[in-house]
Formats: sequence, structure tokens, C-alpha cells
Amino acid sequence: MSKRKMFFRMIVASLLRRRSRMLVALLSIAIGATILSGLVTIYYDVPRQMGAEFRNYGANMILTAADEAFTQEDAAQGIGRIAKSDLVGYAPYRYENVRVHESPIVVAGTDPEGAKKTSPYWNVDGEWPAASGEVMVGANVAESFRLSVGSTLTVSYTPEGKVQKGEALEDLTADYKITGIVETGGSEEDYIYMSLDDLAALTKEQGTLDVCEVSVSGGADAVKKYVDQINSSVDTVRARVVKRVTASEATVLTKLQALVLLVTVVVLALTMICVATTMTAVVAERRREIGLRKAIGAPDSSIIKEFMGESMMLGLLGGILGSVLGFIFAQEVSTRVFSSSIRFRPLLVPVTILVSIAVTAASSLMPIRSATDVDPALVLKGE
Amino acid sequence: MSLLELKNVSKIYGELHALDNVNLKVEKGEWVSIMGPSGSGKSTMMNIIGCMDKPTKGEVLLDGVDIAKESKKNLTTIRRDKIGLIFQQFHLVNYLTALENVMLAQYYHSMPDEKEALEALERVGLKDRAKHLPSQLSGGEQQRVCVARALINYPEIVLADEPTGNLDEANEEIVVDLFHKLHDEGTTLIVVTHDPEVAEVAQRMVVLRSGKIAKEKVNDHFTGKIRFE
Ligand SMILES: Nc1ncnc2c1ncn2[C@@H]1O[C@H](COP(=O)(O)OP(=O)(O)OP(=O)(O)O)[C@@H](O)[C@H]1O
Ligand SMILES: [Mg+2]
Repeated sequence: MSKRKMFFRMIVASLLRRRSRMLVALLSIAIGATILSGLVTIYYDVPRQMGAEFRNYGANMILTAADEAFTQEDAAQGIGRIAKSDLVGYAPYRYENVRVHESPIVVAGTDPEGAKKTSPYWNVDGEWPAASGEVMVGANVAESFRLSVGSTLTVSYTPEGKVQKGEALEDLTADYKITGIVETGGSEEDYIYMSLDDLAALTKEQGTLDVCEVSVSGGADAVKKYVDQINSSVDTVRARVVKRVTASEATVLTKLQALVLLVTVVVLALTMICVATTMTAVVAERRREIGLRKAIGAPDSSIIKEFMGESMMLGLLGGILGSVLGFIFAQEVSTRVFSSSIRFRPLLVPVTILVSIAVTAASSLMPIRSATDVDPALVLKGE
Repeated sequence: MSLLELKNVSKIYGELHALDNVNLKVEKGEWVSIMGPSGSGKSTMMNIIGCMDKPTKGEVLLDGVDIAKESKKNLTTIRRDKIGLIFQQFHLVNYLTALENVMLAQYYHSMPDEKEALEALERVGLKDRAKHLPSQLSGGEQQRVCVARALINYPEIVLADEPTGNLDEANEEIVVDLFHKLHDEGTTLIVVTHDPEVAEVAQRMVVLRSGKIAKEKVNDHFTGKIRFE
């Protein structure tokens, strides 16, 4: 048997056969790792969540129909009242009810280039649709139909007029290629996005717009001015101001992250104190064993290695436990506070484990060093 | 040259002379027992010979090396390589099995070798208890595991401090039999004991009193008589 194998055999024996003591140490490490990985997950996910909360960041004006409906030309006429230098972008939207695998779903026809500008906080996995025949789907749609970037989506549309006449349903169907999946944390995740032209081709009619989002620069006064101008001069559309995230609201986010960071540091410090205390007790409890090991010829370096090995093994186990519990913890906080689920970050698992091992080892350093002070003569005397 | 030689060795704690100018020679292969009342300095002497303590004064030559002058680190190495220790209490690591406890000595010495460790347990009659934890062994069995551990690295000297102190007669006999075997194989033995029966089977008896050697007797193995010098 190699020395290394014996080394691990001893460590495992110590952890398994002295379970109750080791469980206390493991528990404190696991709790520390849980809070650590949980808070870091939230730390990175909060901005994403906040983006969804402040969903109107980007668009600060919307145009709707003055009467029943408005067309792209009407929208363009309204937009025309805004100075080119103040216009960031605008996105017309036309919503239609379609079906995918016989389930009803809403498709939004828009101008992807414009939507990109009015909804900068959208989180797109993949690409926005660029060419004809390409679509982007919301994360919820992707999940319920098990769609991924690159898969093909068959959309069916039933022209409304024919249903009313009681004629046989003759669906209009087309296939699209999914180029992106959008995550916003809001209802956008329930839609399919395609260009207005593709939607017109599918439905075989030009259709009318439901809403047009506009992003204007120049502050609240400028928006108000343009809203008034459009409402007084273009009678087919009605413009409205949409409240945008203010600077102070954005700093809340930074402050929240700073708070999370602070709590993380405090928890780390508490964990270290707890581990150091437990290891001190463990070393004190095992003075006789240490003396015995020394008496049969263990050099100080071996004693340190063995105890370090045990504490690092605890760090490893605590880290694994903490990664799992931390994700559950973050998920729980996220659903309760932001009513949205968080994303699993695979990279966080090895990071949590490594940090857990390092923290455990660092806080065991002092107690383990004191283990080498044990006098083997005391053991022989039977003290 | 003697294997072990103590020259004018004293160990002084404040006013107390735990060992007071002790001179002692032990030849290779000899079996010496050390007796004396409580507090006479027996354990102090064993600790010094066992490289776990240093004398206040004097020389301790082990294989010609003065261990009184060695560093703590070197003492650990010498202890590991030359000395096998057996204690009064059965000092075993309580979460390791009998076999693992024996292998521990191999681990610090050179390489753990499960087969050899099993053989050592077989020698002390505990092969079938190899996988037991100390708590699952009787006192006598635990002490035999300690003997197996002390022997595993073929030490030049086996030091035993009251090895039978906590054993009943049957187990005492087993341990003494083991000492006989060791002695026959040429191992040097120094055994501290309160028990005259255990002391008298040795070749030589040293009696300590207040840190001084008060008496030495040589036991004539052939006649079985104890001869006073
Ligand atoms: N670390 C120490 N500090 C002070 N005095 C000590 C120390 N170690 C031993 N002594 C004293 O040295 C003397 C000899 O002790 P030692 O342990 O050698 O006795 P012993 O012969 O082994 O006795 P016993 O038969 O009871 O085991 C005792 O009086 C003891 O109190
Ligand atoms: Mg003693």
C-alpha cells in the first residue's frame, strides 16, 4: 500500500468514525458555503432581475391608436415629429394569436433593429432575427416546447374571417428558424418575435399596429414636448409618456450589490471563526492521539499534513454541500423577492468548493500548528 | 561498544532530581527490567532512552550517538528508526483498526505494507481481530496490538513502560511470552515493571530509588536462580 493511500485511509477513517465531532465542523462549513454561493448567485442575478423590474428602461414613450387601429405609416408620421438627433429608436408591434402544436400563443411582429434599441435590457441567448424566416422566442415558449437556438418552429394561423362564416378551417402555416431565445423576467418570455414582413406573409394581410415603443433622449422635458407635439399634430396616434428608470433607482442596484458583498464578507469571517474554534476543540480533544503519533515517529510535518488533510476534506464536502444548498437558497430568495427563477451557474460550483477548501484550511492553520506543541512524553506517562 | 550507555545522567526538575547521576550499560540483545517505587524515576529514564526527553546533565549513547545533544527533529527520526515503544495504557488510535494501527508505524517509518502488518498481528495471535477497532478489543488484545506495532519496524530496542500493569494474569503471560520470543530473536528489551514475576524473567534487573540505581541483579537463565552482585 502506498503512503498516499494510507494517508487517505486515515483521513477517511477519522472523518467517518468520529462522525459526531466532524458533523459539527462540516455543518458550519456547509452553512458558510451555502450562504456564500447563494449570495454570489443573487449578486450576479440581481441586475438581471432588476432589468425586468425596470422594464421600461429604454422606451420612454409609446404610441397607440387614437381610434381603433393605426398603421406603420401613422407611426412613422408621429415619429417624424421627433428631431433625428433626439430619437434613439422605435419599435412598432403587431400582436397576433397563432398556434404552435395546437397551443395558442401570441406572436409579436416588430422591427428587430428598432426593438433592440427600445429594449436594451433584453437578454438574448443567440441572435436577434435578421433575415426573413428567422424568429426569436421567449424563454417560457422555448421551455414549454423544448426549443433551442437553431431548431425549427412551425406556426399556424387561422384567419379570423373564415371562422365566423363557419367554413372549414384552412390554416396558414409556415416554418421558422429560431435564432435567439429572449429572457426578460417578464411577460415578453411568453411571445414569439418575428419581423412585421414575416408576420404579414404568414397572415396574408398587412394588418395594423397595436403599439409602438419609442426611445427619446433629452430628458423628461423633451419627452413631454414631443408627446404634446405628436398628439396635437397627428390625429391617428396617441402618444404617452412612459416612466423610465431614474438615475437614483439605478444606484439602488449598486447599493444592493454592495450590501450583498458586505454580508458575504461577514459570513465568511463568521465561518472562519467557527471553523477555527471547532478545529481548536478537535486538536485539544486529540492531544493524546497526536502525542502517540509523535511517539511512534511522526514528524511535525506529518501531523500538520494529516490534520490539514482532514480539514481540507471537510472543506471539500462542505463546499459540495454548500453549492447545492446555495443554489436552492438563492432560488428561494429569488422567487420570493423577485418572483422569477435564477439561472444555475456551473462555474460557481468549483469556485464555491475551492473557496470553501481555502477558507477551511486558512482557519485551521493556527489550531493545527498548536498540535505540534504536544509532548509525546506525556503520552508515555499515561496522562 | 554497548548498544546503550548512560553516563552520569541527571534529570532535574527545579529542586527535584528525578534522575540523579545514573550510569547504565545495556548490551545488544540484552533483556533488562527496571523496578523501583513510584516516583523513583523509571518513566523519566525511559523517556530519555526513548528520545522523548533530554537529560539535564550527562550523556546518553545509543549506537555510539549522544542523543542528549540531538535536535528534536533528529530525535524523532532516531525514535522512529531504532525504538519500539509499548506503554502502560494501551495507546492506540481509537478510530483506526488494529491493522491500521500497526500500519501507522510502518507509515511513519517507511511504507505501509498490509501483508507484513497482518503477519505482525499473527505473531501476537490477533490475525482474526485485524479489522476490529480498539473499542472492540479487550485490554490484553489492545496491548498485544501495541506489541505488534512496536515490532513492525524491527527496532533495535523495545522499550516497555509497565506493559502488563493493566492486564490480568492470563494476558500478562501472553505478553511475557512475546517478550521471550523477541529476546530469542535478538531484540534488546528494556521493561519497566512493578511486578516481580515479570521482572524476574529478565536477564538483569535494575532497581531505581529516588533517581539513583539502588541495586542490580543478574538472573542466571540456566539455573533459574537470581544472583546478587
Ligand atoms: N514534567 C515534570 N515536572 C516536574 N516533575 C516531574 C516531571 N516529570 C516527572 N516528575 C517527577 O519526577 C519524579 C520521577 O517521575 P517518574 O514518572 O519517572 O516516576 P516513575 O518511577 O515512573 O513512577 P511510577 O512508578 O509512579 O510511574 C517524580 O517525583 C515526578 O513527580
Ligand atoms: Mg512511570
